[in-house]
Amino acid sequence: MTATLPMPTPPTDDRRWKAVEATMRRNGHSRNALIETLHTVQDGFGYLDDVSLKFVARALKLPLSSVYGVATFYHNFTLKPQGRHSCVVCTGTACYIHRARALLDHLREKHDLSDGQTDADGNITLLTARCLGTCSMAPAAVFDGQVVGDVDEQLIDERLETWADS
Amino acid sequence: MNPDILQRLAEKEHVTATATPVRINVCAAASCQSRGSDELAKNLQRQIKGAKQAKQCKVRYVGCMGLCSKGPLVEIDEPARPAIHEADRRLLQGATVDDAPELIDLALHGARPTPLELDTDMPFFTRQRRVVLENSGFIDPERIEDYVARGGYQGLVKALTEMSPSQVIDEVSRSGLRGRGGAGFPTGVKWATVAKSDGSPKYVVCNADEGDPGAFMDRAVLESDPHRVLEGIITAGYAVGASRAYIYVRSEYPLAILRLKRAINQAKRIDVLGTNLCDTPFAFDVELRLGAGAFVCGEETALIASIEGRRGTPRPRPPYPASYGLWGRPTLINNVETFANIPWIMREGGEALSAIGTAKSKGTKVFALAGTIINNGLIEVPMGITLRDIIDDIGGGVPDEKALKAVQTGGPSGGCIPAELLDMPVDYESLVKAGSIMGSGGMIVMDETSNMVDVARFFMEFCKDESCGKCVPCRVGTSVMLDLLEKLCQGTASRRDLDLLKELCEVVRCTSLCGLGQTAPNPVLSTLRYFEHEYTDTLQPADPHGYPLPMLQTS
Repeated sequence: MTATLPMPTPPTDDRRWKAVEATMRRNGHSRNALIETLHTVQDGFGYLDDVSLKFVARALKLPLSSVYGVATFYHNFTLKPQGRHSCVVCTGTACYIHRARALLDHLREKHDLSDGQTDADGNITLLTARCLGTCSMAPAAVFDGQVVGDVDEQLIDERLETWADS
Repeated sequence: MNPDILQRLAEKEHVTATATPVRINVCAAASCQSRGSDELAKNLQRQIKGAKQAKQCKVRYVGCMGLCSKGPLVEIDEPARPAIHEADRRLLQGATVDDAPELIDLALHGARPTPLELDTDMPFFTRQRRVVLENSGFIDPERIEDYVARGGYQGLVKALTEMSPSQVIDEVSRSGLRGRGGAGFPTGVKWATVAKSDGSPKYVVCNADEGDPGAFMDRAVLESDPHRVLEGIITAGYAVGASRAYIYVRSEYPLAILRLKRAINQAKRIDVLGTNLCDTPFAFDVELRLGAGAFVCGEETALIASIEGRRGTPRPRPPYPASYGLWGRPTLINNVETFANIPWIMREGGEALSAIGTAKSKGTKVFALAGTIINNGLIEVPMGITLRDIIDDIGGGVPDEKALKAVQTGGPSGGCIPAELLDMPVDYESLVKAGSIMGSGGMIVMDETSNMVDVARFFMEFCKDESCGKCVPCRVGTSVMLDLLEKLCQGTASRRDLDLLKELCEVVRCTSLCGLGQTAPNPVLSTLRYFEHEYTDTLQPADPHGYPLPMLQTS
């Protein structure tokens, strides 16, 4: 016997949940839509917290463990809130040849930031990318969505300094 | 749909295009965009509008022109007199936003020497052979009219109206096309297997989860000529009897996603996608699925799991996806570049493609050329060309008068080919013989300053991070191999560590569940094969206490 559970209501009346519900509706609340749905949640809220994982699990009638499993399996999903600014250093092969590792060492030593971490005041998050596909500009990095090529330590210092003031 | 619509569209487009005497084509692919091509194009448009010259000169966005390291690239062309040879094209390099007046002047007042001039008579342009990239850099990727005007969708219409599905498969088989995702399985055989499989509905999946670091061919094709991939997918759907396709594309490629979405909508509008295509009962739909960042999803069974909304873990094969794929149905999975070959094959015939290349590797291959090389960018060359031609001629050699040390192909599943083997032909078999693989097409050049043990460590770190964790040899093996490589890099390893590393290479290669683990030792094996002294040079004398091997003792 299967009882039909009512569709859960969103955790808050935040408008961003409307987009999440729309994604699920577009896919007929099918379990296949889990990854698409998590993308929409993260696009709206910046990260996946417990509340959103539980809501998605109930709405798609999936065990919370499956939802958590998918959310932690893929690199793009993050369970931690992100900083106001983001710096993504490319660690692809061409960037590796052009010293991307030295840039990460510099960020760790001088700015106390390591991969996946956000600084203490929640201002800057450092991430790494597998490959941005802009190998001709290696080493490349993305500062707040803007791809920058031929990055060196000085350029990183300058960018991070402007963010520190804002 | 009435097949004449293509003809009418193409004619109308020709009239519209030739109404403007000269065009400034600005590269709108990702690399040039990051270098500021968007601002340049906007400034050009503003200035032309301001000077009321819109009737004489038009600004257009086009796809990748190849030489990414000299970007942003701009081409000035006259629609009424298109350049026939690469060498006749007028390309300009490194054009910044402030160069707009200069570019407009060059376009309106003819050729004159300028520092922006890019020599198109150089081997980078003249030695390429364009099949997959035939439209790349020539058409506006966001306009279906541009694609149709260059012969787009003709192949599909021909397949639907004049050929049976099995004739389409025969044509693909005749071309000798092999999978461009890396392994090189004959495409015609794969299509025939799916067509013969029982079960309905059938699915087509386009693998656009380009995960190899240093590879951006699929991205460039999707960003520069999305309709070509779509046409290939629809043709495949007709041939194997599928009714729906999924394009699994990396979420890291927002521009490619945007252009694919537009392409799908445009294709529906002119009825090359939808129901009753070309007045046949054939109906087809294409849907996009976004990846979420997992290298292992390039493996076909993991990719299927991901489309189904699950963790992207592979499963043992057989059964192969051709008989048991998406939702347990027969599924055809091909890579972006494989599909992008199809429209050309349908239009020009399979024989034409098999005339290019070597006995066993037909056609062309797109490579992303990067690393320490002068001409970074995207190239398409006939199979069988030598590595030396690619590196020295097309690539322009290694900068700063350094010597070439090795060329890495195939990403984390491939290997490093040493400089002394540069005269080998680039085809599937030769690359495997040299200890590497064709892979999807990343080609990274390394100069004499590269430490090959560190290169092996770099790729092992990648494989360790990307191992899905399902099978033990890959999950634990890559981790232990990485530890050993770290020790080797730090100079604290002993002979015993090296022996253990070699043994683990064999164990992981033979016992892993999927391609990721099976090929993870390749970068180590190939660097050991050609640069073993770099491993042995740093070895410490054997441990004086002489305790036995920590993990593996043989007899």
